[in-house]
Amino acid sequence: MGPLIPQEIIAEGWNFFIAFVVGVGFGFVLEQAGFSSSRKLAGVFYGYDTVVLKVFFTAAVTAMLGLLYFSLFDWIDLNLVWVNPTFLWSAIIGGVIMGAGFIIGGYCPGTSVCALSIGKIDAMIFFGGIFIGIILFGETYAIIKPLYMAEYLGNIKLSDVLGISQGTLAFFVIIAALVMFYVAEIAEKNFPRKEY
Amino acid sequence: MKTKYMNPYLAGVLLGLVLLSAFFFTGRGLGASGAVKSLVVTTVDVVAPEHTAESGYYSKYTGDGKSPMKSWLVFEVLGVLVGGFLSGALAGRLKLKVEHHPNITSKKRLILAGIGGVLFGYGSQLGRGCTSGSALTGMAVLSLAGFVTMMAIFGTAFALAYFFRRNWI
Repeated sequence: MGPLIPQEIIAEGWNFFIAFVVGVGFGFVLEQAGFSSSRKLAGVFYGYDTVVLKVFFTAAVTAMLGLLYFSLFDWIDLNLVWVNPTFLWSAIIGGVIMGAGFIIGGYCPGTSVCALSIGKIDAMIFFGGIFIGIILFGETYAIIKPLYMAEYLGNIKLSDVLGISQGTLAFFVIIAALVMFYVAEIAEKNFPRKEY
Repeated sequence: MKTKYMNPYLAGVLLGLVLLSAFFFTGRGLGASGAVKSLVVTTVDVVAPEHTAESGYYSKYTGDGKSPMKSWLVFEVLGVLVGGFLSGALAGRLKLKVEHHPNITSKKRLILAGIGGVLFGYGSQLGRGCTSGSALTGMAVLSLAGFVTMMAIFGTAFALAYFFRRNWI
């Protein structure tokens, strides 16, 4: 049955409308969870507020299990669901640069849009920074291209790399998430949040 | 005034369902940095069209009547803007302000936010997506890149947290 648009069950013309509606849901939930506050976001790295970890991994596990069950019931054809390709070095180094940006700036791109929508000026500046950062990438593309294209492994899944089934991997991801939630709950008790 | 946020696990399940519905309808997940890329490409194309045509990077998204703003992620991020605003309005959180720790001035907070944004912008292009597009969506489809990027982002932020602690705690 699904995905509906790639299989033309819903006309292509609806794609942008659905994108907008999905975005409204995305922004609403992020704001409700407190992702419009850089202080809450950065809290995970100091243990005083681990909302990022809890929301991120609960969401990943929910969507992951949803996809696997939908596939099991033939509600979705996983072959038509986009798997982002792995270019190993750019994934690692890009991630490292983003991690530095996260702890310095206190947001990531999605959360900065959410935060600027409720009036956070720091988020507006962060968003401007993303814009400049992307221009810098565009202007240095010729230099960075060898790294950008290096170690291409295809649209590969972690379960294929490990040689286990998708369900088995999902099981281990859930266990890992539960362990992290347990550690997060302990951390929040031990690193009290200072009000200001 | 103490602002109340949603239970994080409930918010996580709801966010997961939003992501799942994106997959179910369109076969693709969420994103954010891609929309800013569209904005950048459009801007550069207006300011210096010959430059976009020559660039190995920008030219991928322009020419042949392609319009970078007519992209899925642009509409999705417009939705994020509206959804965030609605939630903020309902919760009474709409306020123009610079949020920062008392240790630092708001000017320093803004400078750091700008630097962080530049790094995130650059890294998101190199890493082919940010926390939502590469890490969260990637993990949900069990993509290797998703797990690698997620660990690189959070691992680095944890590793550097000590050096930036004055800004946050």
